[in-house]
Amino acid sequence: MKRFSLSRKDRRNLIRIIIALVLFFAIFITDKCITLASVFSGPWAWVFPFCLYLVVYLIIGYDVLWRAIRNICHGQVFDENFLMCIATLGAFALAIYRGVTGLEIEGFDEACAVLLFYQVGEWFQSFATGRSRKSIAKLMDIRPDYANVLRNGEAGRVDPSEVEVGELILINPGEKVPLDGVVEKGASTLDTKALTGESLPREVAEGSEVISGSVNLTSQLLVRVTKKFYDSTVSKILELVESASEQKSKAENFITKFAKYYTPIVVGVAVLLAVVPGLITSDWSTWIYRALSFLVVSCPCALVISIPLSFFAGIGAASRYGILIKGSNYLEKFNSANTFVFDKTGTLTKGNFAVAKISPAAREEEVLRLAAIAEHDSSHPIAKSITAKYQGTPEGGYTLTNLAGAGIRAEKDGDVILCGNEKLMRENNIAYVPEKGVGTVVYVAKNGEFVGSLLITDEVKPETKEVIGALNKMGAKTVMLTGDNEAIASSVAKEIGLTGYKAGLLPQNKVEEVEKMLAAQGKRDVLCFVGDGINDAPVLMRSDVGIAMGGVGSDAAIEASDIVLMKDDLRGLPLAKRIARKTMTIVMENIIFSIVVKVAILILSAVGIANMWLAVFGDVGVAVIAILNAMRVNSKY
Amino acid sequence: MKKVYQLEDLDCANCAAKMERAIAKIEGVESVSVSFLSQRLSIEAEEEQFEEIMDKVVKVCKKVEPDCIIHR
Repeated sequence: MKRFSLSRKDRRNLIRIIIALVLFFAIFITDKCITLASVFSGPWAWVFPFCLYLVVYLIIGYDVLWRAIRNICHGQVFDENFLMCIATLGAFALAIYRGVTGLEIEGFDEACAVLLFYQVGEWFQSFATGRSRKSIAKLMDIRPDYANVLRNGEAGRVDPSEVEVGELILINPGEKVPLDGVVEKGASTLDTKALTGESLPREVAEGSEVISGSVNLTSQLLVRVTKKFYDSTVSKILELVESASEQKSKAENFITKFAKYYTPIVVGVAVLLAVVPGLITSDWSTWIYRALSFLVVSCPCALVISIPLSFFAGIGAASRYGILIKGSNYLEKFNSANTFVFDKTGTLTKGNFAVAKISPAAREEEVLRLAAIAEHDSSHPIAKSITAKYQGTPEGGYTLTNLAGAGIRAEKDGDVILCGNEKLMRENNIAYVPEKGVGTVVYVAKNGEFVGSLLITDEVKPETKEVIGALNKMGAKTVMLTGDNEAIASSVAKEIGLTGYKAGLLPQNKVEEVEKMLAAQGKRDVLCFVGDGINDAPVLMRSDVGIAMGGVGSDAAIEASDIVLMKDDLRGLPLAKRIARKTMTIVMENIIFSIVVKVAILILSAVGIANMWLAVFGDVGVAVIAILNAMRVNSKY
Repeated sequence: MKKVYQLEDLDCANCAAKMERAIAKIEGVESVSVSFLSQRLSIEAEEEQFEEIMDKVVKVCKKVEPDCIIHR
C-alpha cells in the first residue's frame, strides 16, 4: 500500500470527498424514492431538498467558493473557481426559481453533483501529478545528503557542497558517492544504475575515477575529491532533469495559447447564449441553464495539465534508462528525427584498436611475438593493441630505435627486427606480401626477411549493426563522419549498413559537413548528431538534436548536447525513439480527444441535448481520462 | 542573471500558465518559465533591479494564485 501513500492535503481532501459523496448519494437516492420536495407541501416545499443539498454543496465546495470570492477581488474574472461557482450557484438559483414559480422541483441534485465531481477531478489531478512528480523524485534519490570528509585525521559529516577540491573523503558501503573523485585507497564495486540505467555494478580500485551519485556496494573507499559539488556529475544531472520541463515543446506552447483564448471565448458565448435567445423567446430558464452548462466546460484544465504531464512522464521514463533529455522540445524534435549523423571513432566503434588479422596464418605466433618485442615500449594505440593481443611479456634485451613515420627497429645480438609500414619494408628492400584488408597494417621482418603482417582495425561496437538496422527500418538516414580514408570508411559503412558516409574529414570539417546537410534538408526534417562528446561539442550544438554518448563524467558532452546517453550503448537511440514516439502519440491523442469532446459537449448543450451532468463529464471526465492516458507514457520499454 | 525558485502549493496548471504570462509582462524580465510539474519558477532578469523585479513577481503571483508561495 505504500505506493499509494498520499500527501496530507490529498488525504484530507479525499476524506472530504468521500463524506460528501456518501451524503450526496444518500440524499439523492432518498429523493428519487420518496421525492423530498413532496415531504412538505405548499409553496415552500422546495426549501427542504434545497437545504439538504446545500449542506453537501458547502461541505464539498466551501474552499472553491472562498477562492472564487478572493480571486474576484483580485480581478481574476476567468478564474476556474469563479466560473464553477457561477455555474453551480446559477443552477441552484434556477432550481429555486422553479420551486418559487411552482414548477416541478428539480435541479438541486445537479448543481450539487457538478461541484462534487469537479472536486473529484481536482483531487485526481493532484494525485496524478503528485505521483509522477514522485517518480521523477525517485531519480532525485541520487542526491547525496552528506560527505564524510577527513580533516586533521578525523572523519566528519559535512554537506557535500562544503568539501573543497583535493580533500579526502571516506565512502562507506551503502553510502552514495557525494562528489566526483579518484580512489586513493581501497577497492569496491559501485552501483551506477540510478545514473546510467546500467544494472551491472562497476569495479573500482586505486586510481579509478568514481562518479558522484553512484552507490558504494562492498567496501570502504578513500577518495580524493576532484570536483566541487556544483561541478560534480550528480549536480549537473539533477540540474538538467529539474530544468527539463522549462524547455517547452511546440505542443505545450500551442496548448497554453489555446487555453488563453478558449476560456474567454466560451464565457463570452455563454453570456450571448443566455441573453440573445432569452430575449427572443423569453424562455429565460432554459437558455440560462444551457449557458451555465457552457461555463462548466469552460476550463481548459484537461489539456493544460495532461500535455506537460505526458512530456514529463516521457522524460522521466527515459531517465530511468539512463537517457537524459534536456527538454520537452527535444523529445518532440527527436520523435521526427530522420537523419542520424554519427561520429565514427568512439561512437560506432569502440575507439580502441585491436588486431583483427595476422598473416600468414601458419606463422601467426611468430609474427605476433616479434611485433610485440618491437612495439611493447610504445604508447601508440596501434602498438598497444599488439601488446594487448600478445598478452605475455615480450622478450627483453632489445635495443629499440624509433624510425619516425616508418616504424620501429629492434636489435639484439645481431638479430634485427623491423616492424612498421610499407615504406619501412620498401626502404629496406624486403619482399613483403601486401595486406589487402582495410585498416592499419603493420609488417614484420627479421634479418632482412619478411615474416608476416598484422591488420589492426578499430572494433565496431557489438550493438552498432543492430542499432543502425533498426534506425534504417524506421526510415531514417544514417550517415557516418570520419577522418579515415575512403577505403576504410566505405568498408565500415558497408559492414554496418549505413546509408551514407563522409570520409577524410578533419574535426573542423565535421561542422561544415553537418551545416551542409542542415542547409539541404527540408523544413520538417530533423538532423541528429551522435558523438561521444569529446571534441565534437561544436557539432553537437549545431545540429537540431545533439546526442552525446557515455555522458557520465564528461561535462562538455552534457553541456553541449540535448540528449545524453549516460550508458555508452547505442541501443539507447532506438529506445529513446520509441519513448519519444509513444509520448508524442499520447500527446496528440490527448489534444484531439480533449478538444473534440469539449467542442461536442458545447454544441450539444447549446442545442439543449446535453445537460449539466454531461458537461461536468466534459470537464472532469476528460481531464481524468487525459491524465490516465498521460500516465501510460511512463511504462516499460 | 538567472535564478530558480521553488514554489509551494501551486495547484493548477492553468494558473502556472497565467503566472508565467503575467510575470513576462513585468519590465526588466528577460525570460521566465513557471513549471507546474516541477513546481519551479526560473527567471532571467536584469541584475541591478533583480530584487525589485522579484518583489513585483511575488505581487503578481499573489494576484493569480494567492495560495502559492515563492521560496526566496
